[in-house]
Amino acid sequence: MLWQPLFYNARVPKPDSTELDTFLLNGLPEKHLRGQTISELLVKKAATGLGVAVERNQQVVKSSEHSQTLIEVGDKIEIVRLVGGG
Amino acid sequence: MTDSTLIAADEPLVLGDFSFKSRLFLGTGKYTTYPLMRDALDISGTECVTVAVRRIPENEPAGERFLDFLDTERYTILPNTAGCFDAESAIRTSRLAREMLNTNLIKLEVLGDKKTLLPEPVDTLKATEVLVSEGFTVLVYTSDDVMQAKRLQEAGATAVMPAGAPIGSGQGILNPLNLRLIIEQATVPIIVDAGVGQSSDVAIAMELGSHGVLMNTAVAAADDPIRMARAVKNACSAGRDSFLAGRMDKRMYASASSPQSNLITS
Repeated sequence: MLWQPLFYNARVPKPDSTELDTFLLNGLPEKHLRGQTISELLVKKAATGLGVAVERNQQVVKSSEHSQTLIEVGDKIEIVRLVGGG
Repeated sequence: MTDSTLIAADEPLVLGDFSFKSRLFLGTGKYTTYPLMRDALDISGTECVTVAVRRIPENEPAGERFLDFLDTERYTILPNTAGCFDAESAIRTSRLAREMLNTNLIKLEVLGDKKTLLPEPVDTLKATEVLVSEGFTVLVYTSDDVMQAKRLQEAGATAVMPAGAPIGSGQGILNPLNLRLIIEQATVPIIVDAGVGQSSDVAIAMELGSHGVLMNTAVAAADDPIRMARAVKNACSAGRDSFLAGRMDKRMYASASSPQSNLITS
């Protein structure tokens, strides 16, 4: 009965490292670091101060919650700012 | 005698919790330099400027920053949803703007087509309803469609902003009749937004009874943006005065301005 385990193994998806250890930042994959908060990400990206806002999985993260909000694998994070426009 | 003793002061333009003496609103895009933008805004006398919301750049070179040239104490900042092509992204952008600026003001744009940048009416209405229900003060960009303007004001928009012509086209007020009809039925302020090309277009919009005009490219893309900023400031004020003064009726034939009697004869 060797065929049976092989059959099942064939259907186990291969681990995909890009899905397992990244999140999306402004549409691009970014390495996930365990325990990283929104605040830490903002510092890393030099995006602190007036005129920055953050969305996590299409929900606004209030600035008062940045330091408590952990980034999870697979999250979709958007960091936006103000630019000139009409 | 001064103007103020002869002419009653105009009422301010009230938009939600905000009140403006200047009825000119300016965009902040397309200026060749930030100092030029700052100076054009300054001379225009505007009290409210619109800004866009975008992702932070991946690797931004150090240098001049937009916000360093925008006096957020002096101007009311009106964030916009320019570039959104569906209700959902416009709503998300509005929420981000509110978080960023701690303001309920939003200039809602939901566009339907990249070539014309004309507004998408169904999603514009949907987004207006959602944002109004969330407590936003919604100034909504629309085409010059009379019934759509009506629907938007009924949906709770604080101001309706019909386009004079497509965004950035500089074609002026293409359909003055529609604009008049929109203004006649309006229960909220009507602010002409987009398409204005020069100061006379601003005057025409105001003479038709618009409560304000919002413009960007006509100033930013003028050969001398600072001089154009002054021109549109004066045009906005002149057009408003002309509207309030009430124009004469048009006549088919001439009507002499000098007396017809006591002329010398040959």
